Amino acid sequence: MSRPETREKLMKVVFLLAALSSILALFLIMYFIFSAGIPFIKEYGLKAFLFGQVWSPVNSPQKYGIWPMIVGSFILTVGAALVGTPIGILSAVYLSYYAKGKLKYLFQSAVSLMASVPSIIYGFFALQLMVPISRALFGGTGMNIITASVLLGIMILPTIVSISESSLNAVPNRYYQGSVALGATKEISIFRTMIPAAKSGILSSVILGIGRAIGETMAVYMIAGNQPRLPKALTDGVRTLTTNIVLEMAYAGVEHRQALIATAMVLFVFILVINFLFFLMKRKDRHE
Amino acid sequence: MSKVLRILVKLSAILTVSIFLITVGYIVIRGIPGLSWDMFAWKYTSENLSLVPAMITTIMLIVLVLAIAIPFGVLTGIYLTEYARQQSKVVIAIRLATETLAGIPSIVYGLFGMLFFVFRLQWSYSLIAGAFTAAIMVLPLIIRTTEEALLAVDPLLKQASLGLGATKLQTIVKVCLPVAMPGILAGVILSIGRIVGETAAFIFTLGTMAQLPTRLTESGRTLALHMYVLSSEAFHVREAFATALVLLVIVLVINRLSTRLSKLVNKTK
Repeated sequence: MSRPETREKLMKVVFLLAALSSILALFLIMYFIFSAGIPFIKEYGLKAFLFGQVWSPVNSPQKYGIWPMIVGSFILTVGAALVGTPIGILSAVYLSYYAKGKLKYLFQSAVSLMASVPSIIYGFFALQLMVPISRALFGGTGMNIITASVLLGIMILPTIVSISESSLNAVPNRYYQGSVALGATKEISIFRTMIPAAKSGILSSVILGIGRAIGETMAVYMIAGNQPRLPKALTDGVRTLTTNIVLEMAYAGVEHRQALIATAMVLFVFILVINFLFFLMKRKDRHE
Repeated sequence: MSKVLRILVKLSAILTVSIFLITVGYIVIRGIPGLSWDMFAWKYTSENLSLVPAMITTIMLIVLVLAIAIPFGVLTGIYLTEYARQQSKVVIAIRLATETLAGIPSIVYGLFGMLFFVFRLQWSYSLIAGAFTAAIMVLPLIIRTTEEALLAVDPLLKQASLGLGATKLQTIVKVCLPVAMPGILAGVILSIGRIVGETAAFIFTLGTMAQLPTRLTESGRTLALHMYVLSSEAFHVREAFATALVLLVIVLVINRLSTRLSKLVNKTK
């Protein structure tokens, strides 16, 4: 065998090994999170952990019920989707069908820049500007479900706008022309023909946004109040699965730390489900 | 009906842009008064919260992360586009893995980094633990942008190279990679942006030491972590705003650079 041929073969193996690194990384992450989380849940009881209403890791006896955090994550995610989805889809429609030339470029740049602002800055911005406004409007500390939902809605906006826009752009233009030729106005054509045709792409943008909202940590940590109890009103503070980890990891003892890792495991499972939904949507998109 | 819809569309667009302008404008307006030369002093002391050590730490971290992530990311991209049979089981597994990695929240990465690099490998809170954690985080991004850039290379170029007798490897290294370089670079810059803005993954891996680390096994804090520490102390609001401004400017510049580069790719296509 001549040398160049050996080199070709060798490099092929190197490429393959590198490619397997992401599988290895994923495996390691799952192993470390699950191998610490599962024994804890086994010992504490799955039902008591998932549906327990009380989280008090430092009092005796310790209680590790994460139901309030599951509910907290759920509420904030739904809130973020409610805020971000309509504005996001309509903005995507604007970008796709109304904006032209320089204005379009500026708008696209703004959306892309919005996506790159770090969450710590969003959190600080909200803490300094939105929390006082919320306090004036709703009383209390201003750190509540409404404030956090609005901020998360803002944070997932660029995701929804850019992915919805590209799926709207992917709809064949003849659909639009056909609709207009049948006498429909521009708006009716967009909302009755183009948006339904781009449905699965738009839906996957929302799913991706939801994934981002549920995983967001630092911004929520700064403005959501972080009380580990079930909220009774929209003006109550909440704690999410992510913030539970950041808040207590620094001083957690052995069992407490395991409980926090188990919290991350639950979060991980939620993310896997959301990823899977996204994967299905994208598949459907390709087949249509 | 049409009119209402048109108004709603335009209102939403205005709202989106206003939110962006308000966020940036607010940080700029509150940040500028806090800026002073002292903030850029060489040393960090408890009286003068200089951000220079944090900035240097950020740069060191970026270099480390890229040194780990680029080889793996680019080689994976090459494998997926040039060698693998599409739809083979290996490819599907790799794609599923990278897509899952891309969706994992940064706090979970942070926790994993702490459990594996900090505790198991006993690297303690350190630059190297933070770098490895972040490298896994940006890996999917580099893989995807490399793949896209390589797919955009004109097949004629490749065929010409092969036709002239070059081997597959020579073609990839001497023809495909140079042509795809701007696209790969765009992905790398995007990764830099992600590293600069990240906090949750670093708190429990890199730690938050204020001094400049002199060794790979020492803790430090990036600019974003510095801002996190300042913002959690109620009496450093002024400094926190100024740091936020510096951080914001860096991130926005990085974003523009990346967009420019990826435009370049689309032009050559």
